[in-house]
Amino acid sequence: MKRLLIPIAAALAAVLAAPAALAQKKYDTGASDAEIKVGNIMPYSGPASAYGTIGKVEAAYFKMLNEKGGINGRKLNFISVDDGYSPPRTVEMARKLVEQDEVLFIFQSLGTGMNTAIQKYMNVKKVPQLFVATGATKWNDPKDFPWTMGWQPNYQTEGTIYAHYILKNKPNAKIAILYQNDDYGKDYLKGFKDGLGAKTSLIVKEVSYEATDPTVDSQMVQLQASGADVFFNITTPKFAALAIRKAYDLSWKPLHFLNNVSASVGSVLVPAGLEKAVGLISTQYIKDPTDPQWNKDPAVMAWKEFMAKYYPDGDLKDASNIYGYTVAAALAQVLKQCGDNLTRENVMKQAASLKDFRVETMLPGIKMNTSPTDFAPIESVQLIKFDGKEWVRFGEVMGK
Amino acid sequence: MIYQATQLVNFAQGALAMFCTYIAWSLITAGVPYWAAFFLTVIFAFALGAAIERVIIRPVENAPVLAVVVVFIGLLVILTSIAGWIYTYTIKVFPSPFPAAPLFGNKYMSSHEIGAIGVTLVVLLLLYAFFRLTPLGLAMRAAAQNPESSRLVGIRVGWMLALGWGLASAVGSIAGMMVAPIVFLDPNMMGGILLYAFAAALIGGVDSPGGAVFGGFLVGVLENLLGAFVIGNDLKLAVALVLIIGVLVVRPSGFFGKVHVTRV
Amino acid sequence: MSKRQLILLLLVLAAACALPFFISNYRIFQFTLVLVYSIALLGLNMLTGYNGQISLGHGAFYAIGAYAAAILMDKAGMPYWATLPIAGAVCLVVGFLFGLPALRLEGLYLALATFALGVSLPQLLKYHHLEKWTGGVQGIVIPKPDPPAFLAELGLQLNQDRWLYFFTLAMTLLMFLLAWNMLRGRIGRAMIAIRDQHVAAEAMGINTAMVKSLTFGVSAMYMGVAGALGAIAVQFVGPDSFDIFLSIVFLVGIVVGGLASISGAVFGALFIQFVPNIADSISKAAPWAIFGVFMIGFVYLMPAGVAGAIRIAVARLERKRQN
Repeated sequence: MKRLLIPIAAALAAVLAAPAALAQKKYDTGASDAEIKVGNIMPYSGPASAYGTIGKVEAAYFKMLNEKGGINGRKLNFISVDDGYSPPRTVEMARKLVEQDEVLFIFQSLGTGMNTAIQKYMNVKKVPQLFVATGATKWNDPKDFPWTMGWQPNYQTEGTIYAHYILKNKPNAKIAILYQNDDYGKDYLKGFKDGLGAKTSLIVKEVSYEATDPTVDSQMVQLQASGADVFFNITTPKFAALAIRKAYDLSWKPLHFLNNVSASVGSVLVPAGLEKAVGLISTQYIKDPTDPQWNKDPAVMAWKEFMAKYYPDGDLKDASNIYGYTVAAALAQVLKQCGDNLTRENVMKQAASLKDFRVETMLPGIKMNTSPTDFAPIESVQLIKFDGKEWVRFGEVMGK
Repeated sequence: MIYQATQLVNFAQGALAMFCTYIAWSLITAGVPYWAAFFLTVIFAFALGAAIERVIIRPVENAPVLAVVVVFIGLLVILTSIAGWIYTYTIKVFPSPFPAAPLFGNKYMSSHEIGAIGVTLVVLLLLYAFFRLTPLGLAMRAAAQNPESSRLVGIRVGWMLALGWGLASAVGSIAGMMVAPIVFLDPNMMGGILLYAFAAALIGGVDSPGGAVFGGFLVGVLENLLGAFVIGNDLKLAVALVLIIGVLVVRPSGFFGKVHVTRV
Repeated sequence: MSKRQLILLLLVLAAACALPFFISNYRIFQFTLVLVYSIALLGLNMLTGYNGQISLGHGAFYAIGAYAAAILMDKAGMPYWATLPIAGAVCLVVGFLFGLPALRLEGLYLALATFALGVSLPQLLKYHHLEKWTGGVQGIVIPKPDPPAFLAELGLQLNQDRWLYFFTLAMTLLMFLLAWNMLRGRIGRAMIAIRDQHVAAEAMGINTAMVKSLTFGVSAMYMGVAGALGAIAVQFVGPDSFDIFLSIVFLVGIVVGGLASISGAVFGALFIQFVPNIADSISKAAPWAIFGVFMIGFVYLMPAGVAGAIRIAVARLERKRQN
């Protein structure tokens, strides 16, 4: 009974934002008066090493926090390891972090396959697998996996939003789809088809590409030949730039939906050519620092200062860097809420009680909300349209 | 190319080309005019290739073939990793020396692609002439085919090998600079291309440059036709595989490769 | 096998048995993977080291073995140990069939053909008509085996990790024993003869094509068994686990460990298991670069692999003693 009461008391104390009032401190492995050990698994090597920068920017963020005195007086010890984007090594690394380094929890492990591989282990061990860095839908499953939580809007929801938009504004569309042949591409595709519901017959052509393909030129020619007037572009930045440029070169001018993954002015639209990207529709939840409209935005300016000071090697054009910054800030909030009760149970509990929490690098109107039955912090996105210079927000914030 | 000089598959070739293209990109963004950067890069690539041969490959010259292959793999991961570290993984726009407007208003090939084909042909011709007509080229071929006898007639085999590496690297850098405007520049740029290059070389015959070009063409066309009309894109690679094996079973040395006669 | 070698072997074996009682569960898991990789490397070494055929796509057979085990456990509810022979058999057949046409190819062409196999296999795993079985891009999660009940009745308390380690160790021993038997027998000699002088071997009445295809099949079988064990240890299979780099790392493993040497497989397995972790702890910026430096460094220092270097060192010592 006592064991139960303490977390509740801690939670209450945290909600009242008066952690000092708590008489008794409580720790699990990985936390102490001096520090909180946080594990992280990133593909620093291997085919997805482009995402490694997320781990680096998060490490930089926690370094900044520590210099400012840490969280509730505790320093964050961020232990980030490399899995080479290979599930067997993810399992190995998760075990290293949990059993050898004895971290309190694992934060932002990256990749759908990689997280699937360790999900069962983490839940058996009852170690939080917090804010995983993947947009798959399955992380929001508190009943079966109470120790796993996602973070970003999932791919399926986003796909559904585009589908609804098309049904409403262009009910007689002929839709062509290009998608990457992996979990990410197929999740978008599924969400999109679910959104179309009975109208999946609107899709006249869908083709895939492999992440190892040099170009998507031949796919684009096929899609154009289908006579479609709507194009849903499910591609990672490089292929998005290739596809946008090719569509323009082919003088194919469909209503063009681009997935959020690649909605970056600096790293996708500029390489493709801004004039070729006019009219693109996408969604966002984090401000794009390469979009000129945010040049004077205090949050984005603060982020740029942070980058210059703590992560000067980082590429300011890379959307991953502001993503990592934002999610690290969300973690800082969770830990702040934990107060002096740093048990694994309380970490999950606090992560599951975010109420309208905002990091200012997120778009206006986007908030993080979680509850014991809702393990998906961000479920809303903003529709945007590219006008040749910047993303123009239109309509309301979509989703929950 | 390096295969001809050393009888080995060089995994590092693509990474080397990618790295040199980054050098060119740095030069161009620093304000060097395109063609100056182009030639500087080619010279740099040549020097880098030759230096790698002298410094890294030479000490393992007498090691088993596979040990050398491991060194290549080592080089590949080092170059890729360092490029990602220095230049980050966001894609870079690499300029094209050719006009942006499509030639003759055709829809299927941009002027850059036509230009790139032109450059490739020129390079092929130059190489052909070099190997057939100049004494140095002949010496290199001799050194590659029969090092012992070449040494006897006074060819410095070691330097010839370094030269071969340098040349291959230079040609690779040209390829990199021609490809980069089409696929954008990133550290994994040559990965996908290398795959096709292997397939092309296989079908065309590894020891015949003309065959490689033809093979590349054939693989590209067949793969895309099949992808578009027969089986869909998600099995394209597997089909290419079946194709390769099919060709190889019928013609074990590729279409243009010399048939090796083994003597006891 | 000399008496001294036998003693050494028994010592190593004793150490391997004692090991899991002194290290953490996480380390046990790592060593389990070392054992798995050593089976895989042994298989590849048979083909490449003993028979002189270079394969750049053997990760594909590892994947087939892993998927065979995972599918059998997940869909057919088969116990984990029963999947191993099936995974091995499947790979034997697939390897033999692939070997039949492919082995007509000369060294380099074979290398590239197998490379193509390694590259295209993950794509096949994702193919939508196979998704029912392979789980498509999501892969398959499989349960972790419990130690059998009779051990507990005998008073032996093993946790899951230790049990898995011993199970893998037993399989590894079995596979190594088989390999050792085969390689020093008629077939082994035929394999080496083909590598060194295939025309002469043919003249002596060895059916080269048959032996080559068989070698390919057997080596694929080793890969398959290793893959199945690996899947059971990791409890997950997915297309991302088996990209072309896996095949290449295997190749690096046998070269670093020592070609045409049974013990080389173990050294190679240690290398591919631990060196990436060391590289990661040295530099987050470019761990691959460090890994590459390690690869090149090993080849510089020990061109014949670790096993080869030890052989040379031992030979030198002997000579000194005799002088």
